[in-house]
Amino acid sequence: MFQASALNDRNARIQRRWRLLFLVMTLLLILPVAIILGLLVHHGAPVISWSFLFEFPRQGMTAGGIFPALLGTIFLVSLALVFSVPLGIAAAIYLSEYARDNWLTRAINLAIINLAGVPSIVHALFGVGAFVLFFRFGTSILAASLTLGIMALPVVIVSTRESLQAVPRAFREACWALGATRWQTIRKVVLPNSVSGILTGVILEVSRTAGETAPIMFTGAAFFLPFLPESVYDQTMALSLHLFVLSTQVPGVPEGVPYGVALVLIAIVLSMNALSIGFRMVLRGRKRW
Amino acid sequence: MSSDAFPTRRPALDRLDGAWAADKAAQVLMFVAGISAIVFILGIFAFIAREGLSFVFSRFSFAEFFGSIRWAPTSNSNPTFGALALIVGTASVTGMAMIVAIPFSLGAAVYIAEFARGRTRETLKVLVELLAAIPSVVWGFIGLSIMNKLIIDVFDVSVGLNVLNAGIILGLMAAPIMTTIAEDALKAVPDRYREAAEAMGATRWQVIRRVVLPAARNGLASAVLLGVGRGFGETMAVLMASGHSINLPTSIFDSVRALTATIAAELGETAVGSDHYGALFTLGLFLFLITFAINLTADLVVRGIRKK
Amino acid sequence: MVGPERTESGGNSLLEVDDLTVSYGRHVALSGVTLTVRQNEIFGIIGPANAGKTTFLQAVNRMDQFNDAIKVDGAVRFMGRDVARWRNTFALRRQIGVVFPLPVGLPLSVYENVAFAPRLRGVSKKADLDVLVERYLRRAALWEEVKDRLDTLGSMLSGGQQQRLTIARALSQDPVLLMLDEFSIAVDPVTTMKIEDVLRELRSELTILLVTNLVQQARRLADRTAFFLDGSLVEVGVTEDLFTGRARHRETVDYIEGRFG
Repeated sequence: MFQASALNDRNARIQRRWRLLFLVMTLLLILPVAIILGLLVHHGAPVISWSFLFEFPRQGMTAGGIFPALLGTIFLVSLALVFSVPLGIAAAIYLSEYARDNWLTRAINLAIINLAGVPSIVHALFGVGAFVLFFRFGTSILAASLTLGIMALPVVIVSTRESLQAVPRAFREACWALGATRWQTIRKVVLPNSVSGILTGVILEVSRTAGETAPIMFTGAAFFLPFLPESVYDQTMALSLHLFVLSTQVPGVPEGVPYGVALVLIAIVLSMNALSIGFRMVLRGRKRW
Repeated sequence: MSSDAFPTRRPALDRLDGAWAADKAAQVLMFVAGISAIVFILGIFAFIAREGLSFVFSRFSFAEFFGSIRWAPTSNSNPTFGALALIVGTASVTGMAMIVAIPFSLGAAVYIAEFARGRTRETLKVLVELLAAIPSVVWGFIGLSIMNKLIIDVFDVSVGLNVLNAGIILGLMAAPIMTTIAEDALKAVPDRYREAAEAMGATRWQVIRRVVLPAARNGLASAVLLGVGRGFGETMAVLMASGHSINLPTSIFDSVRALTATIAAELGETAVGSDHYGALFTLGLFLFLITFAINLTADLVVRGIRKK
Repeated sequence: MVGPERTESGGNSLLEVDDLTVSYGRHVALSGVTLTVRQNEIFGIIGPANAGKTTFLQAVNRMDQFNDAIKVDGAVRFMGRDVARWRNTFALRRQIGVVFPLPVGLPLSVYENVAFAPRLRGVSKKADLDVLVERYLRRAALWEEVKDRLDTLGSMLSGGQQQRLTIARALSQDPVLLMLDEFSIAVDPVTTMKIEDVLRELRSELTILLVTNLVQQARRLADRTAFFLDGSLVEVGVTEDLFTGRARHRETVDYIEGRFG
């Protein structure tokens, strides 16, 4: 990078100074978060125990554990995946393998960008208007998961499309030349070679949806329930909403408890994210072509 | 010549077989999935409008909505729906967030794209990505618990939930996305520009300032725009960190209330079909249109680069 | 004047091309090509880069279907039927084997590369597939070299082996027509000779359309040869005639004698 012959001392000094400035800015972006995470661990870790994770809340949520919220988040995220992953993968296949460069494709891309950019509370309003009221699902796991699923759809579409397009076009052409149909080509060559990339995107989606609060607040997540949901038409507690409720709505919660909930939530989200990143790095290391 | 020349070897050569039918069926299915994104975005608009329009036609007053700071939908004697304070609240928090996020995210993008190499670069990118993953409600909790105390201690003010708090939180939330998009924009500048400038003896910083940054101008602008869109639409963090009180702020230590936060805080207490309920959906419609415009503009700006 | 009479003689035509014009947007890649390929001949196509040779092959097996920018005019009749009117173009391509300039091993094992087309046809029994895979690998003169590592990825083979693998794969379609597009470009001379031997043997069972950048390869293999230049067909003739001073066009002679290209 440094060619001593081309740079005089002054330039080198200026160069170093700017480089340092940008490094400091980068670190200033990351450092506060490291400190904050440290504080979360510091305050939250003492609270976390088996009983914290696997017991019901007691005494107006000031004691006991977070089990129904933990389980509820798992329900909500799983159902959102069931809905959005197949749809998102199919949409990505359309965009990557079938779509022509025309106004409709541009409209779809614009819709995806906007779907990703619409505020989460607007998604919540949509969930209320469409799923809770119009389709009469009521405030339920079903309505909340559908809302979450639509919100997460762009994540699945974009990551899947990227991994489909990473498969070289030459493979498709060789396959077509053999007389395979488009669909046979997709099924036998394109998908098998992008499945791990797609999985990376799905894990990322899990991490996003697990932390969402606003879209589930009015569509299916409850402040407190003394029992577990029995069907998708029941309401459920959720970790993210539980954190909001504990830190703003309930008086007399011991100080460590919300920290503990935040820590559990962030542990789920970040470990999913780290898994996705790790997965991607392993993949990059061993391409089959 | 006719196809009779190949009667025995290839019967029914051009037959629409099962594979052909499966292909057509798959194509239709994928197409339906493809346009679902359009269906959903139109659906969002339609369903929110459906709930909000009765309010818009019966009660909505343009002058009141955009001109009054009195948001009192539950007042028995004189319910008013002035969103001005909420709009100003959202704008001030977003503005504060951009003051925090723009320099740091663009600086980080320059460092990651132009200076960092190899393992350092990968590590920084991963950290930025993890930063983007922290949920909104956790950020809100951080604002509520950690930042609140910090602001009270450092600035010696009575309330730590204010424009400054929400702005910093929102800035930290928007920065990773802005960094990623800005870094992509910088990476999209062809290396031959850099090589040409370096061959003339320019230092790396001169290359960045005179060649790379101008060439990536549009991408950087769209990164900022999307950051603004993100700040505008953020809900939980703003609800928890801004103090949530209706107020035209005169300093960064004033509490404010945001559009998104208002919906989140009040929707649970309204009766379906009431004016208050309709007013909240109208706020949602307003948010939807604004973010739609921001995203559209950002997209057009990016498209502008590709055309050049 | 022996030439014209000799070009008129011969067996049934497999491929009749009539006034074929292909353009990419405003760029015309091929214009007004008319020629006939007969059954069981090796038909050579020579010409410099950008002469439209590859475009010609793509028009024959309807690869234009996958690229909106390509526009094809004129008629290509394959087995007596206009390919533009073919409803099931996938079935059309099943009749036509293609070998690309650079070997494209599908990201599958050697075995699965060759079993791919039979599987598409509905052959699913392992024993049947075993027989077919061995047969086609033998025909492509590759069996002896890979029989102990059928499970390795196709892309792990050497360049010359990969190109023979793609020939075995093209043959596994059981095609009527085999089209090769400059197959020797990334292959060593010894493998080139091996493949040329394979092609000579195949002549008895199928028709071969051989696009080549090597003029002498056309001379060694092709019964008749067409010379393309700048998107046009300059002339078609019996190969031996073209190479023994009986070409009718000055450009053909110049190209064959290596004065340009």
